[in-house]
Amino acid sequence: MKKTELLMDMPVTVEIADEAEKQDVETVYDYFRYVDETFSTFKKGSEISKINQGKLKISDSSQDMKEIFAKAEETKKLTLGYFDIRKDTGYDPSGIVKGWAILNAAKILRKKGYRNFFIDAGGDIQIDGQSKNKNWSVGIRNPFNRFENIKILNISNRGVATSGTYIRGQHIYNPFNKDLPIKEIVSLTVIGPDVYEADRFATAAFAMGKKGIEFIERLKDFEGYMVDKKGMATYTSGFNSYLYNNGKNN
Amino acid sequence: MIKKFLVSLAIVAVFAFYSDIKGSEKQETAILPKNNKSSLSQSTPSSTPAPADTSTPAPVSIVNIPGQSASPTPVPSTPTPTPSHQGQYKDGTYTGPVADAFYGNVQIQVKISNGLISDVQFLQYPNDRNTSIMINSQAMPMLQQEAIQSQTGNVDIISGATDTSNAFIQSLTSALSQAK
Repeated sequence: MKKTELLMDMPVTVEIADEAEKQDVETVYDYFRYVDETFSTFKKGSEISKINQGKLKISDSSQDMKEIFAKAEETKKLTLGYFDIRKDTGYDPSGIVKGWAILNAAKILRKKGYRNFFIDAGGDIQIDGQSKNKNWSVGIRNPFNRFENIKILNISNRGVATSGTYIRGQHIYNPFNKDLPIKEIVSLTVIGPDVYEADRFATAAFAMGKKGIEFIERLKDFEGYMVDKKGMATYTSGFNSYLYNNGKNN
Repeated sequence: MIKKFLVSLAIVAVFAFYSDIKGSEKQETAILPKNNKSSLSQSTPSSTPAPADTSTPAPVSIVNIPGQSASPTPVPSTPTPTPSHQGQYKDGTYTGPVADAFYGNVQIQVKISNGLISDVQFLQYPNDRNTSIMINSQAMPMLQQEAIQSQTGNVDIISGATDTSNAFIQSLTSALSQAK
């Protein structure tokens, strides 16, 4: 069963390879709607907006909000400050909420007994199990041509996330130098133990510029594929293990 | 295999050693190599005099994180014979040499006011250093490069930067409307 819906201004796709109940897929979308209502900085009435307006203290906020703030703080430390939800306009936790929400949605499906599915929200993906007894195949989109893939990965029980600046412009920036646009690299794809881990480290590593891929290289259980503005890719030592035939004869 | 194990063991040992030296220091501090090349002991101030005590440099490892003011490194307040100074250092701004921190360069600037360290700046530091235990067993990055190439073949899912598709469609629609 496969469904795509536009949520949080991005296509959200759920595909369950197991025999599935329609209402179970709907619980995933209900969950994403709740996350959007709570964490969207574009919605004036959301909990995060109330915090930014000074109407709500973080200490008085919901469990989920407190969890996100704690996770953001932890991620900031792990990335030496490159991951930061503090913006000039207030808190914007979207860089951590997305991966967290996708993983939570996957946990909902797991609890219902599903073992083979993926959840894709705007190109960040949690992949569980297999499809037709084969690992799921995941394309890395060409940052210069959205109709092309530049890699085809073979993935099971992992998270995949891509950070980039292209087309929409600089929506990720370097917190140590806000005025310096990130333009050396156009796309960084990270494969991690789950989508939450992949997403937060992809976001932080992307903000590091060219050095970001080295950061990924030194993380255990993470691989990455970075594309620079000239169309040159730099990738981690274990990345090829996710390619079909380890990248040979492919 | 054994070699790999030994390498990981060595890294764990070095890391443990770090943790030891770092002791109770704040979590956001950057990890400096135990190699004292990056310490202030080799600082070569251009015009201002060198700090009084160069043999035991204070552990300077404060990263200025935006939105958070870096707390000054505590300095033992040893009384000095000079009454004008409260601390052991002479006032001024000192810049350390560029030091190789294995994965990148570290250069520190320290400001002394009233004999105490009032500010520490990293002019350069390896911005990719991970403070967690998730350090790869590999000592050196083994990155590879290639020119990107279009791949044929069906896929179940596509990973790309967030918002690309919508923005692309918007941009395309706008371009097409102009083409009318």
